[in-house]
Amino acid sequence: MIRFENVSKSYPDSQGGLREVTFRMEPGEMAFLTGHSGAGKSTLLKLIGLLERANRGQVWVNGHNLGRLTPREVPLFRRQVGMIFQDHRLLEDRTVFDNVALPLVVTGQRHQEIRRRVQAALDKVGLLNKARALPVTLSGGEQQRVGIARAVVSRPPVLLADEPTGNLDPELSLEIMELFNQFNQVGVTLLIATHDLALVEHLSRRVLTLREGRLVDDRTP
Amino acid sequence: MNRRTRKQRLRQPMDPRGWLVRNLQVLLSSLGRLWQRPLGSLMSILVIAIAMALPTGLYVVVDNLQQLSQSWEGAASATLFLVQDATDGDVQSLLVRLKKDPAIGKLQHLDPAQALAEFQQYSGLGEAVAQLQENPLPHVVLVQTADPHISPGDFSKLLDRIRSYPQVEPATADLQWMRRFQAIIHLLQRGAWLLSLLLAMAVVLVIGNTIRLEIQHRQQEIRIIKLVGGSNTFIRRPFLYEGFWYGLLGSTAALLLVALSWLLLREPVNRLSQLYGSGFSLEGMAPFNVLLVVGLGCLLGVAGAWIAVHQQLEQIEPA
Repeated sequence: MIRFENVSKSYPDSQGGLREVTFRMEPGEMAFLTGHSGAGKSTLLKLIGLLERANRGQVWVNGHNLGRLTPREVPLFRRQVGMIFQDHRLLEDRTVFDNVALPLVVTGQRHQEIRRRVQAALDKVGLLNKARALPVTLSGGEQQRVGIARAVVSRPPVLLADEPTGNLDPELSLEIMELFNQFNQVGVTLLIATHDLALVEHLSRRVLTLREGRLVDDRTP
Repeated sequence: MNRRTRKQRLRQPMDPRGWLVRNLQVLLSSLGRLWQRPLGSLMSILVIAIAMALPTGLYVVVDNLQQLSQSWEGAASATLFLVQDATDGDVQSLLVRLKKDPAIGKLQHLDPAQALAEFQQYSGLGEAVAQLQENPLPHVVLVQTADPHISPGDFSKLLDRIRSYPQVEPATADLQWMRRFQAIIHLLQRGAWLLSLLLAMAVVLVIGNTIRLEIQHRQQEIRIIKLVGGSNTFIRRPFLYEGFWYGLLGSTAALLLVALSWLLLREPVNRLSQLYGSGFSLEGMAPFNVLLVVGLGCLLGVAGAWIAVHQQLEQIEPA
């Protein structure tokens, strides 16, 4: 589902790049990506979500060689990858419902279909009663769950999460992880970047470790 | 992976009805967006309106002047002075020849004795005139063309023909004035075109700048839409429609400005025209031209928005 072949990415300020990273993830696999800040976790996720392009090497996601996609194909590809961020990246002036509906709106889904699927996604994250609320009126954990609902509403085969529990207390973090487990059980491929090692230990999944842009460890319990 | 997957292409499914519905939705929501910040929108619309009203108004003026020149009664007539030594027989034969000319409508002959009597009576120089040994006034013939809308070219030909008669002094006609008037109209027409061109550019720039600010204001939103896979077409659409609305509302306001000026000017122009004994009245705009102005406004609006979006969209990428 995801394959990196000698992928390198460097930035002008030489922080957070990747060096010769090679790994693969099978469809339906769930893995954690750990490492210190600046080790390249976010960069690796951005390469998968095509928010960045590699300088060298090849990235394959869901059968697409990302280096070969034309500009016109980029948005269509991004629809196959759900992304969750630590800072949520929600539209502050839109309701929870509208935020979650966005990935369906951009694909031109019918109104009834949008409502049905947004409600299902909000139900899944336990926010059905907040559909009409604005994001600012929600707690951090709730906003994170809005972000998750938005990432899964179009049922992408790949889900990426960048420090999804960064600002949450352990209990809420476990709740979020439980949600990810459920998505994984229905066949979604998940890659979660986190530095919360306790949480990683607790869930006993495959762990990829980055250090200064290199993949230094790849353990499967 | 293998060659087969490499050829896999990403395509958006076709859905004409859904496309139409989405466009209608965006059409309305972009109007709503203008409504959300009424002051800024109004100012932009007024700037566009003024920029478009100037050439439109000038066009109406030129159009009216052209009508005026076409129905200019004075231009379709000429005053012929006959040579001083023309005898009554010469005058009669000339009148007969002129009457036969199909291009000539009415003729009026002023006898020198008659003219002198009138002059004596009205000029206040009666005594001085009475001292004259000979009547210094020539025979005068007033010629009116059969076709009141005669073209300057045909009129000029007619005058050349009349001038060639030996009894006629080289005629000094009103043609010169008519030519000058035509030249002024041509100049104004050219000016209107030039002004239109410049102000069309101004409209594009105003709308482009308005949309550019709007895009900057909504950068974060555009990033997020790109993040969840919104295509450039999807992102571009509301801005293009916004440009369309600016063009439509701006050109409509421009027409209202022109109509208002027309209403204010019509009465005084008609009075002036009556004082000159002319049947001329101020004409409005033809329906086709009204549509043309509105259509051009919409086109300029979309063009301005397109330029702004095209410049900026590539630079705003999610990170």
